[in-house]
Amino acid sequence: MREDNLEMSENVERYLQLDPRSAAISQPPSSSSSAAAFVSPANKSRNCNSPCPDHVLENVLENVLQFLTSKCDRNAVSLVCKSWWRVEAQTRFEVFIGNCYSLSPDRLTHRFKRVRSLVLKGKPRFADFNLMPPNWGAQFAPWVAATAKAYPWLEKVHLKRMFVTDDDLALLAESFPGFKELTLVCCEGFGTSGIAIVANKCRQLKVLDLIESEVTDGEVDWISCFPEGETQLKSLSFDCVDSSINFKALEGLVVRSPFLEKLRTNRFVSLDELHRLMVRAPQLTSLGTGSFSPEDVSQGEQEPDYAAAFRACKSLVCLSGFKEFTPEYLPAISPVCANLTSLNFSYANISPDMLKPIIRNCHNIRVFWALDSICDEGLQAVAATCKELRELRVFPFDPREDSEGPISEVGFQAISEGCRKLESILYFCQRMTNGALTAMSENCPDLTVFRLCIMGRHRPDHVTGKPMDEGFGAIVKNCKKLTRLAVSGLLTDEAFSYIGEYGKLIRTLTVGFAGDSDMALRYVLEGCPKLQKLEIRDSPFGDVGLRSGMHRYYNMRFLWMSSCTLSRGGCRDVAHDLSNVVVEVFGSDDDDDDDFTRDYVETLYMYRSLDGPRKDAPKFVTIL
Amino acid sequence: MMAPLMNLKETELCLGLPGGAEAMESSAKSCIGNKRGFSETVDLKLNLHSNKQGPVDLNVAGAPKEKTLIKDPAKPPAKAQVVGWPPVRNYRKNVMANQKNSETEEAMSGGGGGAFVKVSMDGAPYLRKVDLKMYKSYKDLSDALAKMFSSFTMGSYGAQGMIDFMNESKVMDLLNSSEYVQSYEDKDGDWMLVGDVPWPMFVESCKRLRLMKGSEAIGLAPRAMEKRKNRS
Repeated sequence: MREDNLEMSENVERYLQLDPRSAAISQPPSSSSSAAAFVSPANKSRNCNSPCPDHVLENVLENVLQFLTSKCDRNAVSLVCKSWWRVEAQTRFEVFIGNCYSLSPDRLTHRFKRVRSLVLKGKPRFADFNLMPPNWGAQFAPWVAATAKAYPWLEKVHLKRMFVTDDDLALLAESFPGFKELTLVCCEGFGTSGIAIVANKCRQLKVLDLIESEVTDGEVDWISCFPEGETQLKSLSFDCVDSSINFKALEGLVVRSPFLEKLRTNRFVSLDELHRLMVRAPQLTSLGTGSFSPEDVSQGEQEPDYAAAFRACKSLVCLSGFKEFTPEYLPAISPVCANLTSLNFSYANISPDMLKPIIRNCHNIRVFWALDSICDEGLQAVAATCKELRELRVFPFDPREDSEGPISEVGFQAISEGCRKLESILYFCQRMTNGALTAMSENCPDLTVFRLCIMGRHRPDHVTGKPMDEGFGAIVKNCKKLTRLAVSGLLTDEAFSYIGEYGKLIRTLTVGFAGDSDMALRYVLEGCPKLQKLEIRDSPFGDVGLRSGMHRYYNMRFLWMSSCTLSRGGCRDVAHDLSNVVVEVFGSDDDDDDDFTRDYVETLYMYRSLDGPRKDAPKFVTIL
Repeated sequence: MMAPLMNLKETELCLGLPGGAEAMESSAKSCIGNKRGFSETVDLKLNLHSNKQGPVDLNVAGAPKEKTLIKDPAKPPAKAQVVGWPPVRNYRKNVMANQKNSETEEAMSGGGGGAFVKVSMDGAPYLRKVDLKMYKSYKDLSDALAKMFSSFTMGSYGAQGMIDFMNESKVMDLLNSSEYVQSYEDKDGDWMLVGDVPWPMFVESCKRLRLMKGSEAIGLAPRAMEKRKNRS
């Protein structure tokens, strides 16, 4: 549920790009006669009997660098000189790659020799909204193949938006004897068969987290594939595996997993089954409740004491699930409310009356996710109690553009007044005002993530009828720590001039159906020096706007523009002028449409890359 | 040209169950006891759209889209459902859809995931895509398509909002005109006129939509009828 802090640090390739020296450094160290102006003469004489000063230095450095874990620091260290680069490469155990196509797996394995943890991200985020045809790429296969050979001691793999097959999982399970943690977020391409193999072969497995991924039902009883005897399991999340599981096997697994802290079940685990699990694992800190409905209401037998089970879980701080909940049973969670720091109701159609008695006790909540079914009234209740709230996400129960929209600026403003420590907000609504945005910008100065989705496109301030420019302007101006921004509603170029003027720390910007002209894009590209990820859809930005960012694209992870007014010629010019940037152009479908003009660019996705255009691009993608 | 259509009466395209003559006669508009819920498909109102005409036609009874219009004084009429908007992940949508399914015990749209089909319009320089599962009826779809390609006028669909197959001359007028007509490519690869099957069946079988000129659609009508005969 919580996004890793990995976003905060720069990734490997960025530093390789920025520094002109690094072009040489990025080559694997071959011979001493390579472009190494930094190799001291002393190094060349390897025959000396006493340790060379540089060797001593390297040893010292190696010991010191073991303590450096931040990617930023490590990247900086690697730029000092070639010797430092080498030592750093030998001591970097955790590698983060924000775009799997920014470098080849070979480059990774050449530079870093002792990787134990790999984080890989694949498709850009807009792929989540059907804006990208299937089979675009981001396959894990080449990465698992390369790392299988290079890093036998790999322990951790964390993938986001990658295409992972059962074969990939099998290779992973077979290649890494000490494998400990597998986390797949928003991935697809695999099924229960692959999971079964991982469960069975990775005897040191501590973490198996499948989050919002598409898992095909291979009709394999994967839970039974965990080996007999005590497991090392610390975290098991399978709420996205949408097939029934062998409950008896799950129960047995929980019983023999004494280190289990996080358990997220799927909707096929009923409330009474959940009860059995909780009774056997009172040490749990994080619980995903599955359906939260009893299997069947048995008349004769006594119902389990659910509240008692919750009461027994004294360490429980995080609750989620509730995917098919029965309202009568909701109060069972009351005993843990006071301890909760994280509560996710975002799959449950909870009304204000259901919420209020529960949220009243949640004084320590820091993260709260819900559906807009809680209404403004529910948000007011949250504001009244949850003074420690840091992150709020409110999703639409009815995710259509012209749905009713039970929440508005009223709930929004209440939150801003009650939850002053707010750092991150995602809010879907149908009505909003500039006044409410301004109020939040003043009340919540710690905001780093601000994502507002006014679902009806081009909606103005519903009280004044004016564009939402001033509201967003206040946000970027007053929230000085803002690193991520998503805008919506009726917005003119003015809003973007504010973003460019004040959004000096913004790294991720999401724009849809906004702006009047290329000037808007120019304001952003010229004004936001830290911008890394820019995703735009359905906005009137064309080739001129695109060119205004030529000086920036090397320093960005990617640019996405779909359904704008770009021309093929314009994109081709950009591709021509930027050698280390890959420019992909494709339509929203995987067919070839001959009847339509080829000049119109439906989607542009461009990103920097050290190893040039990828070789696995499908037919519908054109790399300019 | 009239000849092939002279036998319309015999091979009548109707919206009732095959052999359900009574249902037909008592106007297919009655939906009580009708398993397929044809009221949605039949009781459709006209939606003629172009930017010039503005919201006038939405004042027809029962059009919910009216409300959104009033909220957007600064821009032209509210836009049609667009792919990927609002930006809610499929995973979340599927979870919610599954819940609603198990509540009603009736699969509204046959499982998760969208039913995205390309929509092309003869003469327009771009394609659009729609998710058929976002709409509950032919009317909804009609409205959405009209707005999507609002610079072109849609063929007049008569009081039912879609082609009134029972009225020969109306069909002829329509097919002969230069107004646009909705056609779709079904699972078998045949091009049919939209509206010949119940809505849920349409969602399942439609692979692609094409807005073609009425005069070009003439060839479709007899084939559509033929196929219908074969289906029943």
